[in-house]
Amino acid sequence: MRALMFGWEFPPHILGGLGTASYGLTKGMAKQNDMEILFVIPKPWGDEDQSFLTMIGANNTPVVWRDVPWETAKSRLEKCMDPQEYYHLRDHIYADFNYMHTNELGCIEFSGRYPNNILEETNNYSIVAGVIARTYSFDVIHAHDWLTYPAGLHAKSVTGKPLVIHVHATEFDRSRGKPNPVVYGIEKDGMDHCDHIICVSDLTRKTVIENYHQPHWKVTTVHNAVEPLSPEIEALERLSGVPEKVVTFLGRITMQKGPEFFVDAATQVLSKTEHIRFVMAGSGDMMDQMIRLVADRGIAGKFHFTGFLRGRQVYEMLKSSDVYVMPSVSEPFGISPLEAMQCGVPSIISYQSGCSEILHNVIKTNYWDVEAMADAIYSICTYPAMAEYLKVEGKKEIDTITWEDAGRKVREVYDRVVHS
Amino acid sequence: MKTICFYFQIHQPFRLKRYRFFNIGRDHYYYDDYSNEDILQQIAGRSYIPANRMLLDLIRQYKGKFKVAFSISGVALEQLEIYSPEVIDGLRELARTGNVEFLTETYAHSLASLADPEEFKQQVTMQAERIKMLFDQTPTVLRNTELIYSDDIADMACEMGYSKMITEGAKHILGWKSPNYLYQSQNRPELKLLLKNSRFSDDITYRFSNYNWSEYPLTAEKFISWIADTPQEEQVINLFMNYETLGNLQPSYTGIFEFMKALPRFAFDQGIGFATPSEIMDVHKPVGAISVPTPISWTDEERDVGAWLGNTLQKGAFKLLYDIAERVRLCTDRRLKQDWLYLQSSDHFYYMSTKHFSGGHSNFSPYESPYDAFNNYMNVLSDFIGRIKAQYPDTVDNEELNSLLTTIRNQEIEIKRLELELKKVIGRNEEKLVVKQKDK
Repeated sequence: MRALMFGWEFPPHILGGLGTASYGLTKGMAKQNDMEILFVIPKPWGDEDQSFLTMIGANNTPVVWRDVPWETAKSRLEKCMDPQEYYHLRDHIYADFNYMHTNELGCIEFSGRYPNNILEETNNYSIVAGVIARTYSFDVIHAHDWLTYPAGLHAKSVTGKPLVIHVHATEFDRSRGKPNPVVYGIEKDGMDHCDHIICVSDLTRKTVIENYHQPHWKVTTVHNAVEPLSPEIEALERLSGVPEKVVTFLGRITMQKGPEFFVDAATQVLSKTEHIRFVMAGSGDMMDQMIRLVADRGIAGKFHFTGFLRGRQVYEMLKSSDVYVMPSVSEPFGISPLEAMQCGVPSIISYQSGCSEILHNVIKTNYWDVEAMADAIYSICTYPAMAEYLKVEGKKEIDTITWEDAGRKVREVYDRVVHS
Repeated sequence: MKTICFYFQIHQPFRLKRYRFFNIGRDHYYYDDYSNEDILQQIAGRSYIPANRMLLDLIRQYKGKFKVAFSISGVALEQLEIYSPEVIDGLRELARTGNVEFLTETYAHSLASLADPEEFKQQVTMQAERIKMLFDQTPTVLRNTELIYSDDIADMACEMGYSKMITEGAKHILGWKSPNYLYQSQNRPELKLLLKNSRFSDDITYRFSNYNWSEYPLTAEKFISWIADTPQEEQVINLFMNYETLGNLQPSYTGIFEFMKALPRFAFDQGIGFATPSEIMDVHKPVGAISVPTPISWTDEERDVGAWLGNTLQKGAFKLLYDIAERVRLCTDRRLKQDWLYLQSSDHFYYMSTKHFSGGHSNFSPYESPYDAFNNYMNVLSDFIGRIKAQYPDTVDNEELNSLLTTIRNQEIEIKRLELELKKVIGRNEEKLVVKQKDK
C-alpha cells in the first residue's frame, strides 16, 4: 500500500501539535511491512528524519519548466531530496504557471509557517500537489488538516484515488464557536468530497458530524498516541531549585487553552498554602493579560512565566514539575498531558479535551470548575500517596498507548476505502 | 541679582540579567555585568568625562564665580568605581575647587520614601557617608529619588535633621506661584524647598536639539535673555537635569557643550550669577509655604509617581519587596544587604510601566515589554526572598527574632568583656609569678 500524504509541519521544525502527530503517526504506520509513505510538506529544512518515509518539499517541486543544469539542482536540493527527483517531477508539469512568482528552479516559495497570506499559500500548495500527483503512483491520498485539503482534493481529481482527510482540529475549536467562514468553507468542501474522515477524538468526531453535517459512517475516531521518550530525555534531572512543589501549565496562552482558569485555581490554592509554586510556560496572545491578572491577584511572588519553550526545554520544564494542568476549553486531542505522564508528572485535565476519552489515571474536571481544579492541585501536592499513585499508574498507562496501534486503525480505514 | 542654580543628577541602576524560573534557588547572581559595563562606559565616554572637563574649565576660567551641584546615587558611584574610575577622579577634582556641592539622596536610588521610612533614613545616611568619604563634603541638602516629595517625606527629612531639600516645581502644586523663589514646607516650616524650573530645565534637556521647536536653535544669548526677562523679584532660577543631558541625551554634535561654555559669559554680562543650592537656601528667605499631600516627582506630564507605581504589576512587585524589608534589616550577611539595595532601584519599576511603552518599546528599558520586565524581576525577587527566609526560621516573627538577636548580641559583648577580664587576671598572675621567681 502506497500513501501520498499532505502535511504542513514535520519535526524538528514544528509550531504546534500537528507536526508531532504527523511524525508519530507516519512512524507508527511505517512499522507495517507493506506500507510506503510519500510525505509532502511546504518547506523541508533538510534535517527531518526520512528513515521511514520519503519526503517531498512543495518548494522544491517545479511548476514552471526551467532548464536547470545538474550542478545547480544538486547544490540547491541535495540537502532535502535526490536531485534526480527534481527532473522527474519537472516532466509532469501540467499547465502554464509562468504568471506565478517562481524562483530560478521554477518552484514556488513557501514559508512553511502560518503567515497572514495563508490562504494564498494553501492555494499554491494545491497547485504543486497537481504535479506531485501526476509524478508518483499511489493507492490512497491522506490530507492532514484544512491547510492541505485543497491539495488532497486536487490529487484526487487528477488520479481518482480515494482521499482520506485527517481532522486534528476544526475551526470551531480554534475560534471557540465563531468560525472564519472562508476556513469553514475549505473544511466543509474537503469533508464533503473525500472518501473518509479520521478524527483525533470522539469530541472532534461529534463536531464534524454536527457542525459539518457529515454522515456517521463516514467518520472514524483514531486517537493520537505519544512517542516513547528518548533515553537522553529520560535521563534529564529535575532542574528547578525551589523547595516548593511546582504546578505547571504548558501550552499556547490562548483562549482555547483556558489559562485564566489556571490562574483562578492558583489563587485559591495559594490562599490556603505556602508550599506550592505555579508556572505558566509558553506564549500566546493572552500572556500579557495573564501577567496582569496574576499581579492583580497578588500572587506574583509564587506564580512565574517562562515564555516560549522549545524542544528540550519542554521536557526540562515537565521534569521539574509536580503537577501538570491542562484546563482547555476545547481541545480536539491534546498530546501534552501524555508527554507529562511519560515524565511521571501527575496530570489534571479538563473533560473538554479529547485525550480525556482515553486517559484513566489522571484527574479530570470541567474547565470552568476552578474549585475542583484547586482541590486536585492541593491534594496531589499535599498527599504523597496520591501523587505516587498517579505518577506510577499514569506512566504505565501511557506506555500502552502507541502510535503503532493508531497506525493500524488508519490502515483499516485505507483498506476499506481502497477496496470499496 | 538673579542667580542660576545648576544641579546635575547621575544615576545608573544595576540592570538584571535574564533570570529564568529555573534559576530560582540555584543562581544567586542577578546582574547583567556585560550590559552594565557597556552602558556605563558609553555614557561616561560621551557625557560624564567630557562634561566634567568642561565644568572644571568653566570654574577655573571664571575664578570661582561659576558653580554647580551634583547628586550621584550610591549604586551609580559603585558602578563608576568599577567600570569608569576616571569619572570619579574628575568629580573629586571638581570637589576640590570648592565650587561644587554634593547633595545626598537614597543610596539605592530607591522609592523607600514611599513605603518604608526606616529604610529611607538608613539609605540617606549611608549615601551621606559615601559622599563624605569620596568628596570630603558633608551634604546638607537632601534630594529624594526622582525629586519625589510630599508632606510625609518632609517629616522624615526634618526628623533626620535636614532643613534643605530640592524638588519639582509641579504646576498642580504651585498653581499661580512661580518656582523662581525659595519656599518652605507647610507642615514643617523649618524645611526650605528649592523648586525646579521645568520650563527652562526642559528647554535644555528635551528641546535643545528639536528642529520642530519654534525657538530652535537655542543659543546661550537667547536663553540668558529669557532668564533676564523674568520679573525683577524672581531671584532664583533652578536648572535641574540629568547629567547625561550633556553629551548623551543631547549628543555633542548638537552643540550642547558649546552652549554650556557660552552660558556663563552671557549670564555675567546681564548681571546674573551662579550659586549652589545650599548657598541659596542660606541667603534667601522663604516667600511662602507649599503643601504636598500626595507625592510629586519630576517625571511625566502629571509629575506624580505613576511612572514607577502606576499599574498593578508595579504595585505588586513593590509591595512584595518592602514586605520583607524588616527581615532584611535583621540579617547581617553582606551579599544579602548588597542585593537588597540593588533590587530597590526605582528603574526596575520604571521598566514595568505600561504608559511609557506606547510605541512598543521604551528608550531606557532593556526589556521587550513591561510584562517581560515584571517576570524577570519577580523571578529574581523570589530567589532573594528565599535566601532571606533561609537566614532565620519563618515561624519566628520579626519582633521575637529581634529580641532574640539582641540577646545573642548582648551575650557576645558580655563574653568578650569576660574574656578580656580573664586575660587581665591571667596576665596579672603571670606577672606575680615572674616577680616571685625573680625574688627566688
